Amino acid sequence: MFRIRCPYCGERDQIEFGYGGEAHIARPADPDALSDAQWADYVFMRTNTKGLFAERWVHSAGCRRWFNALRDTATDRFVATYVIGEAPPLPVPQLVPGDQAPDPAEAIPEEAAGGGQR
Amino acid sequence: MTRYSFWSLLREGLRGHDGWQPVWREAEPKPAYDAVIIGGGGHGCATAYYLAKEHGLTNIAIVEKGWLGGGNAARNTTIIRSNYLYDASAAIYDHALQLWKGLGRELNFNIMMSHRGVLNLAHDDNEMRQLKRRIEANRLNGVEAEWLDAKQVAEYCPIINMSPQSRYPVIGASLQRSGGVNRHDAVVWAYARAAHDLGVDIIQNCEVTGLKIEAGRISGLETNRGTIRTPKVASVVAGHTSVIGAMAGLRLPIESHPLQALVSEPIKPVNPCVVMSNAVHAYCSQSDKGELVIGAGIDAHLSYTQRGAFPVIEEEIAAVLELFPIFSRLKLMRHWGGIVDICPDASPIISKTPVKGFYLNGGWGTGGWKATPASGHALADLVARDEPNAIAAPYSLERFTTGKLVAEHGAAAVAH
Ligand SMILES: Cc1cc2nc3c(=O)[nH]c(=O)nc-3n(C[C@H](O)[C@H](O)[C@H](O)COP(=O)(O)OP(=O)(O)OC[C@H]3O[C@@H](n4cnc5c(N)ncnc54)[C@H](O)[C@@H]3O)c2cc1C
Ligand SMILES: [Zn+2]
Repeated sequence: MFRIRCPYCGERDQIEFGYGGEAHIARPADPDALSDAQWADYVFMRTNTKGLFAERWVHSAGCRRWFNALRDTATDRFVATYVIGEAPPLPVPQLVPGDQAPDPAEAIPEEAAGGGQR
Repeated sequence: MTRYSFWSLLREGLRGHDGWQPVWREAEPKPAYDAVIIGGGGHGCATAYYLAKEHGLTNIAIVEKGWLGGGNAARNTTIIRSNYLYDASAAIYDHALQLWKGLGRELNFNIMMSHRGVLNLAHDDNEMRQLKRRIEANRLNGVEAEWLDAKQVAEYCPIINMSPQSRYPVIGASLQRSGGVNRHDAVVWAYARAAHDLGVDIIQNCEVTGLKIEAGRISGLETNRGTIRTPKVASVVAGHTSVIGAMAGLRLPIESHPLQALVSEPIKPVNPCVVMSNAVHAYCSQSDKGELVIGAGIDAHLSYTQRGAFPVIEEEIAAVLELFPIFSRLKLMRHWGGIVDICPDASPIISKTPVKGFYLNGGWGTGGWKATPASGHALADLVARDEPNAIAAPYSLERFTTGKLVAEHGAAAVAH
């Protein structure tokens, strides 16, 4: 079970939180201009990273605010949590489709990478 | 290959069981194969077997990063049924069910297939209507299914709490008598043994770390044991499908979640069938050893760690005790997690990809065990002919662009 640091309330048990999946998926600015393939990418395709991953959580049984987290999905270790609207404190692999994806192994600080393989 | 029989068992029994031979050889990776299957779970081993048997492709290999059948194959609750709502689902899951019926004999391996019946409980009028609709849809597709009223449910599975006072009273159930459970390890070993017998190389402790792609076409793969050249690669890696997909530059409609299960201490036979309930979200059967096999829902977060969080277990136990108060003082023996690859429409992907010669089988999520024979059969056909057959066609990657989803979420009952 996780202990998650809400940026507003501090560290609490996982049961106080709800999960919101991958973070930083921006709603298309001009929906009418999107092709079917672009819609498919926005609606269905996910990076599903093994390694450093940006995701959304909501502190449902606390302040009820949404925030973002960086977690290593290969070890379940939380690297950071941060307020919505802020940039992730570390570069995250494959934020946007088509973006240059940094090597996830390089992005994770030594102590956070733990023993997980990727 | 030595044939297994009553006589071979008797002979070995009398000789102290020291005459059994290994059933497959530990192969070293060859420099090249006609096709390579990534992933030695149930689906991967089945694919290799049907490729060799039905398409004569025997210069092929299964590469498995750990040991054979150590992934979801080893971790699932083995519920088998085919009473899905849509035509595309009925086609593949019922094909699997028909194959399961003769598989032990075909592979000369006791897979402990038990067609003990699967109950899907209804707890309110709406659920009853949904289940009856599903039964009618099943019958139109030639899938065996029937409705039991509350009295018949109590007769079929006497330990279910039928009290009208319970929080979610049981008012009826759909029953698929041919549904049931089998022995997960035996299925993997049976397919592997039969595939090996046809000449397939089985390479364990061999992790695929990269795909070699030249001019839009697959030409080989990188592994921790060297490079293997091959014109065809089939990825059958369940929870790691997105990881292999990314090696081919593909973004996939899949998210990997932990799914947990547990078993109780063994007790005398009390549960004669498989019981599933959507509303209380529980499913339970009893193994031949006597353990109650109980499955949970997925953990909400994505993870590759093969472990989930404790609150999910707590909820699961609460749900099971709602249905079976008789279990309340049992001890739990073991508890584990697997990583399941979930598609947005709760249906799998059996598909060609934009990379020629690279095929995907994944997205089976919480319920792919039951499909193992048909999944391997359809994928083998796709790999051999480079065209999907009628069963595989609806499960292409394109459906996420065209919108022609096979949306089994509502119809597929609880996660399993
Ligand atoms: C707790 C739990 C309960 C379930 N209950 C049911 C149920 O009751 N009924 C049902 O129908 N389904 C159920 N399922 C789902 C079912 O287990 C899966 O859909 C199915 O087993 C997946 O196919 P597989 O057997 O081939 O997967 P796996 O056994 O996971 O095989 C995939 C293999 O790929 C290997 N691999 C991954 N990456 C690499 C790499 N880079 N290189 C080489 N090899 C690699 C893995 O090591 C693994 O052995 C359950 C799953 C879980 C976790
Ligand atoms: Zn908070």
